[in-house]
Amino acid sequence: MNAIEIEDLNVDYNNVNVLKDINLTIENKEFVAIIGPNGGGKTTLLKAILGLVKPSTGEIRIYGNRQKNKSKFIGYVLQFTKFEKAFPIDVFDVVLMGRLKSSIKIFYKYSKEDIEYAKNIMNMLDIYAFKDRQIGQLSGGQLQRVLIARALCMETKILLLDEPTACLDEQSKVNIYEILKELNKDMTILIVSHDTSFVFSYIDKIACLNQKLFYHGEPELNKNTMDKVYGCPVDAIAHGDIPHRVFRSHEGEL
Amino acid sequence: MMLSGGMAHAAFGGIGMGYFLNIEPIIGALVFATVSSLGVVAIKEKSKASADTIIGMFWTLGMALGIIFISLTSGYPPDISSYLFGDILTVSKMDLYIMGVLDCIVVFIVMGFFNYIKAYLFDKEFSDIIGINIKLIEYMVFLFIAFSVVVLIRVIGIMLVIALLTVPPAISKLLTYNLRNIMGLSIIFGLLFSLLGLLLSYKLHIASGATIIIVSVCAYIISLVAIKLLKRDVIV
Repeated sequence: MNAIEIEDLNVDYNNVNVLKDINLTIENKEFVAIIGPNGGGKTTLLKAILGLVKPSTGEIRIYGNRQKNKSKFIGYVLQFTKFEKAFPIDVFDVVLMGRLKSSIKIFYKYSKEDIEYAKNIMNMLDIYAFKDRQIGQLSGGQLQRVLIARALCMETKILLLDEPTACLDEQSKVNIYEILKELNKDMTILIVSHDTSFVFSYIDKIACLNQKLFYHGEPELNKNTMDKVYGCPVDAIAHGDIPHRVFRSHEGEL
Repeated sequence: MMLSGGMAHAAFGGIGMGYFLNIEPIIGALVFATVSSLGVVAIKEKSKASADTIIGMFWTLGMALGIIFISLTSGYPPDISSYLFGDILTVSKMDLYIMGVLDCIVVFIVMGFFNYIKAYLFDKEFSDIIGINIKLIEYMVFLFIAFSVVVLIRVIGIMLVIALLTVPPAISKLLTYNLRNIMGLSIIFGLLFSLLGLLLSYKLHIASGATIIIVSVCAYIISLVAIKLLKRDVIV
């Protein structure tokens, strides 16, 4: 069964058409990257999939399911600039947040299984050593792994990530992608990224988004598609063991 | 912080109304603080205006209403300054009961929903995604801030509430980053400052509310300096 099916999706924000006629199918256990310029609607698409943004028209099915509450199926790693880093909370508590259930129970305590589960995931991602640190005392790569761990704690089949490697150095980027590749054995992963040079050595499929979905399929792009999506010449991307790139000259340049 | 200030001043309208209608002012304050805290959440959601803007309006509206109510009240003008600057010695038995009940409600809510409140305060968006009813939590948080403010009004007054709500957590934050410990320490610090302030005001015959604030702010400065010095020792 397909993990995510999007059919004729349109999303408008105050009469501005952000996403137009999106059709996208993501199979089970696929690793898909969405690339595209800023303001191209990438985050909006993720939010629509999560049910946080209401589509104007169209339909999104998660494992054939149309219900509104999708948290049972999808774990989400958001851009990490969104919260206050000085907030008094330690790493273990942040990860445990993923174990909270949607129904609010009074005097809810995390069960032993919850704590055990979170521990295993933190060990897997190599962050258990930082469990007592305040969340602001982590490096970017560590913080990103904490957020991935939190999403994994939700025990979902699909993982959405919004620019998980933004602001990270190359080593941390490789590290995150290696983790995702490993997770991809059991999970469907959908990632928004600007790392065009990295993404291609790991993913099965890309989707190029700039209001409309321009291309969707194998990660072998030709110049035309990239130009259409970004509206200007960009790095051409080659596929191989070691990601490498060739710079295409700009129009009128010689 | 803005929120607690806003609640406190909105509550002033309630105190004025209380005098005007000849009921316990603290009940008026409670009604106004509750309505305005819920109002802030509701309007914020509908209008997309920032919380600060709306709070600013409630803040001033409350003060304005309070002044009008008091000027409409016949007979002797009531002693407003005991509400503005607090006067712990004029707290009545009725006030004490109401404060006790409010305290219990706040402590109960915070303890009962601790994990959810923490999740909400830390990362609203994620809480929303995992399907927690964040609207409910938001109302809860605003409500218990309103309640805490009303409790403090009688002790240190509207103008000074902000200090007693911000200084103890600020000092606690210097010492720990665990939310539970911060809450616990804040309670202890708050108690300590209030008692110390009271003692000083009694000895020196000065206003109790103001003394409590001066003690708190001094304590903050001292702890800031002390921690700086301690840290330097560790490094050297």
